[in-house]
Amino acid sequence: MLRRRSKRGHATTDVGSAQSHSATTSLEPIEIPAGDVLETLLLAAGGPVEVAGIEAESPTIDRLREEGIELVVPLIGQGELLGALYLGQRLSDQPYSTDDRRLLGNLASQVAPAMKVAQLVREQQAEAKERERIQQELQVAALIQQTLLPKQLPSINGWHVDAFYRPARAVGGDFYDFIDLGGDRLGVVVGDVTDKGVPAALVMATCRSMLRAAALRHDSPTAVLADVNDGLVPEIPPAMFVTCLYAIIDTAAGELVFANAGHNLPYVRTGDGVVELRATGMPLGLMPGMEYEEKTYRLQPGDLMVLTSDGITEAHSSEGEMYGFSRLMGKVAAKVKDDDMVTALVSDLEKWTGPDAEQEDDITLVVVRRTSSAEGSAKVFHSDDDEQVLTEFQLASVEGNERLAIEKVSAVVAPLGLEPTRLERLKTAVGETVMNAIEHGNENRAELEVGVQVSVRGGRVVVRVSDHGGDREIPEAVTPDIEAKLAGEQTPRGWGLFLIEQMVDEVNNSRENGSHIVELVMNREGEA
Amino acid sequence: MSGEEFQSTVRVTGKGPVVELVGTVNRAAKDGMDQAYVEASQTPGEIVFDFSRVDYINSTGIAVIVGVLAMARSEGRDVGAYGLTDHYKEVFEITRLADFMHIYEDAATAN
Repeated sequence: MLRRRSKRGHATTDVGSAQSHSATTSLEPIEIPAGDVLETLLLAAGGPVEVAGIEAESPTIDRLREEGIELVVPLIGQGELLGALYLGQRLSDQPYSTDDRRLLGNLASQVAPAMKVAQLVREQQAEAKERERIQQELQVAALIQQTLLPKQLPSINGWHVDAFYRPARAVGGDFYDFIDLGGDRLGVVVGDVTDKGVPAALVMATCRSMLRAAALRHDSPTAVLADVNDGLVPEIPPAMFVTCLYAIIDTAAGELVFANAGHNLPYVRTGDGVVELRATGMPLGLMPGMEYEEKTYRLQPGDLMVLTSDGITEAHSSEGEMYGFSRLMGKVAAKVKDDDMVTALVSDLEKWTGPDAEQEDDITLVVVRRTSSAEGSAKVFHSDDDEQVLTEFQLASVEGNERLAIEKVSAVVAPLGLEPTRLERLKTAVGETVMNAIEHGNENRAELEVGVQVSVRGGRVVVRVSDHGGDREIPEAVTPDIEAKLAGEQTPRGWGLFLIEQMVDEVNNSRENGSHIVELVMNREGEA
Repeated sequence: MSGEEFQSTVRVTGKGPVVELVGTVNRAAKDGMDQAYVEASQTPGEIVFDFSRVDYINSTGIAVIVGVLAMARSEGRDVGAYGLTDHYKEVFEITRLADFMHIYEDAATAN
């Protein structure tokens, strides 16, 4: 029997059996190469063909004769030669009769559709396997790309930094970075490679490395962008380029020096409204020898700077209307709860595009806020080396903010595949822990912050919550006596610590430099 | 985000009083819960709380529910609940609230 892979342009032949006058013999597969005259002949005949009667010559036909094949019965489906039955001499040494041929012809007509189905199934299985392989490779690529993004946000007294990154596909061409330049200088980068997916991600990786190296060589953003541009031009594929904003913040003085290679303008919300920070320059990778304008701006205490990629401004609503710069500017201008601009903007964008909309482009958002006072800043978390920090954020100590913490933690851990039951438990534990931090650790003083860090360590999600109650004794969680509470012998309250202990796999408390840190550890899977 | 503000409404069905709860059950819900209980207790029968429109219950909300159960216990009234998500059913089990109130699957099986 012949097996044929017509899509690859060649055929292979399996001979199931061929009969000789003495015994049944297995043959090595005889291939019928695509375009062989035998293929044409069999398709034209449409039924059994006697080898002795074939006048044409080809290596395949020669091989049939050598193997003693007398009759070839083609298996034809939808005009395509799917296979063939090869028959040697009959055991009786008699020639094949008309009835034999009719029988074989009928057999072939019934076998051919089954062969076709089997071929299609095989092809689909191969395609599914290939898709799975590509998916696995993309997952690895996404993990690698995660390592190129900052693992932790900078924690600087007097400053709050927050970031959001969501590629449109498994990997993306957007990137952001924070570079510790020593002293009080912090480099901030937001970039966007044209295109999406793997090609953009590869360019992103190159560009990020070049920027890091250049940032450590040069003191000015202009020089950094010019250097990276010259390095990128010979490396980048044609028709690709990178827009990039690079800024250096003097965190002691609040001075910002920046240059822009064709990227979205940063917005700064000040006490008097929103300011656009303009500086001109061509995108990176287009032409060598480019020069970049350098500007400075002083961020005052309370000012908030928003850096975005065009995945936000160019997102469309269901009516096809673009989100646009004016809407972004309006949102930046608006006061948002706890100055949580990242959540406010992402939430507004999702409202704009609709809940089920496919994300058109990579989205990156970096928010840098100069706080009005360093006194109430949240704890700087330390995480283990084998942890991947997913997010860090701070909240004012205001009742109800535990819901905000739950929402942010849920959004960050959602892609990790936590079992739904365990996710709900984690949400409750986070809510209770943050509530305790607000009420007990920070004594409801709004100016004191609660810090939250979410990370992954092995198969576990780790959420740390810090407050300023490091000098207080941490009470032990005890099982509340509900009978006594119902009898009015105890206060109805006192459920928080108990619930936290019950909801997660591990709770660890620590104190450091006036801060109290609760660590909640949740396995991604476990007993329901 | 502080969630939907707590609201409660008492209605009387053929089976008895039902207290429909909406929004967040936390310490801010105490007065509303207590008043709803008092109003519902004017009607005989088991007082059933409908949690199907409650989006969040925290430990202070559990304390509020304990307060209502304490009132019911002192008056010898049965209390029930339905519309809890699986998660809050688990919370009610862990805290043993479920030992002192009947947990029903839905309105049809309540009372």
